[in-house]
Amino acid sequence: MHLMYFTEQPMSAYDASEGLKYGATALTFSNKHFDPVAGSRLYNEYLEQYVYAEEVGVDGIMLNEHHNAPFCMQAKANIFAAVLAGATKRVKIVMLGNPLPLAENPIRLAEELAMIDMISKGRLVSGFVRGGGQEQLATGVNPAYNRERFEEAHDLIVKTWTVPGPFRWEGTHYQHRVVNPWALPLQKPYPRVWIPGVISKETIIWAARQRYPYIALNTSIPQTKQIWKLYDETATAVGYKSGPENRGYLARIHVAETEERATQNARQFMWMQGEFTGLAHPVWANPSGYFSPGGRRNFVEFAVGRAKNPRGNPTFEEQLADGMIICGTPKQVLPRIRHLLEETRPGILAVWGNDGNVSHRDSMTCIRLLAQEVFPQVREWAKELGLNSPFEAEAPVSIAYAGDLKQSTVAAE
Amino acid sequence: MTAWVERTVEIAGTKVHVTRGGKGPPVLVLHRDIGMPATSSFHDELVKSADVIIPHHPGWGSSPRAEWMRSVRDLAVIHRGLLAELHIQQAVLIGLGFGGWIAAEMATMAPADLAKLVLVAPMGVKPSQGDILDQAIVSYIDYVRAGFHDQNAFDKTYDAEPSVDQLETWDIAREMCFRIAWKPYMYSQTLPHLLRNVKIPTLLVWGDQDKIVPVSAADRYLAALPNAKLEVIRDCGHIVDLEQPVRLAELVMPFIAR
Repeated sequence: MHLMYFTEQPMSAYDASEGLKYGATALTFSNKHFDPVAGSRLYNEYLEQYVYAEEVGVDGIMLNEHHNAPFCMQAKANIFAAVLAGATKRVKIVMLGNPLPLAENPIRLAEELAMIDMISKGRLVSGFVRGGGQEQLATGVNPAYNRERFEEAHDLIVKTWTVPGPFRWEGTHYQHRVVNPWALPLQKPYPRVWIPGVISKETIIWAARQRYPYIALNTSIPQTKQIWKLYDETATAVGYKSGPENRGYLARIHVAETEERATQNARQFMWMQGEFTGLAHPVWANPSGYFSPGGRRNFVEFAVGRAKNPRGNPTFEEQLADGMIICGTPKQVLPRIRHLLEETRPGILAVWGNDGNVSHRDSMTCIRLLAQEVFPQVREWAKELGLNSPFEAEAPVSIAYAGDLKQSTVAAE
Repeated sequence: MTAWVERTVEIAGTKVHVTRGGKGPPVLVLHRDIGMPATSSFHDELVKSADVIIPHHPGWGSSPRAEWMRSVRDLAVIHRGLLAELHIQQAVLIGLGFGGWIAAEMATMAPADLAKLVLVAPMGVKPSQGDILDQAIVSYIDYVRAGFHDQNAFDKTYDAEPSVDQLETWDIAREMCFRIAWKPYMYSQTLPHLLRNVKIPTLLVWGDQDKIVPVSAADRYLAALPNAKLEVIRDCGHIVDLEQPVRLAELVMPFIAR
């Protein structure tokens, strides 16, 4: 079991009532509400929390990025990864992930990630994402080619890492005269790639075909089971048997010394007063061409305010009831985590511990309790349940490096 | 009542749905970024005295998407191919909004083989003041409503609460706009230069309340086109053909006939 700590790095020091008044806390919600003095303090607190998480024993720090919004202060995940590469000694630095379609030059990403891998002495896990809908608008990247750019940038980065340069790349969305960066990853054949996502079928199938672990981002247990069903079917079709080493899960778990404090702080998971990633405008969250054509009908109704978000928008109480938010003392949260492990069988568990206005002090307490009073038991259970991480299972980095593929029946015939 | 005939014409490997009706000089009508409604009084006016050809752009309406298409200039070449395939020479082009951009591009390609050009609040050039409204950050309904000065005209065309089918149609149309006109959004940096070659008579029509393409864009068209004149319609938004179809026809018909 690989146990990671995650926070969205909320820019909590802004007047939340302004966001409510404006009706959205993303994309066009003015950055006049951003306070760099508070921002500087928060960045340093988050860094202190990450370093502490390593000290008390977590296996990895999960990082991500978002743009034009207070719910996440990381505008470039690689910057925090680089800082952690130097500031920590042991933890995996898990990017979940770099939004590939936003890159105009994926070679630069390949270089940055290679540098992070070398500086951290091989601790990088290089996850990739498509980037949310509004991220495309915030960075001026065409949402209609999001998936094409994701796949092509991935292929280019992997080639850059694995095929000696110089070579030329003449693709659909990327063209490069000379690919030959003098920075290559320390880890061979290349750093592990994990793919986080919600319920986008195309991404699940793509990840399974690559044999990259898929990290379900706080999906409900039934949704998560659907994801694994699709992943497993795809794995079988391409010739391998998937298991816990292919499965990650991001859970929102806040622990405190008392139940009362834990519940109070866990309410901060609702801090953005909207869906998963803030109070988003449905049009920006789902620009035309970004989502799969199969979901078009549901999303257009949502976009004009006639239907609920197809991704769901449950209340705090509902989320507590169905385990999408877990909070309490270490003793109280453990049975719920056990349930989660039994039901979804992940080999990677990311714990989103703190959000919103949870104080630095309470965040540090949460991290300590997780690492010292929750994770040891989770590790025991993981052994009992056979939930091995990709590292423990010594899983191949990708399907191209697998030695255990079953020949498909078609090929055998 | 003129009967409209529908057919499919294959151009550059892509199927283009074409509606055609009427007798007279050939007039190619190029529709908007939002597609077009099933009926239009402006089209009905035109068909009384012209051979009216109305294609659906590939990716809009009944024409399937051409996955390879990347620019509005590609679209212009498709419609030039359509004219050739239909053996039409000296056509009048009427471009509505986004369709006006396509028509302008078509005119730059072979300026002498068109009869006349009618550009109704065309996109395609960067306005000297203000920007073309970015549909990416407004809802489908809000975007189309912004095209009407008189909201009753919107209600009459699309219903006050447009159907889900209509919303889907707008989403597909919007995706196509992103695919071919994302950046720079809805204009070309080279078109104003190329337009200097277009010496055929050109009628520019703009609603004085256009909230989608600022009227200042008309100045850039007038500066580039040596033989153009501008008619501004009072109390009218961007979607002139649906908001004031009769007034638009009154301006266009004599211009075509002349």
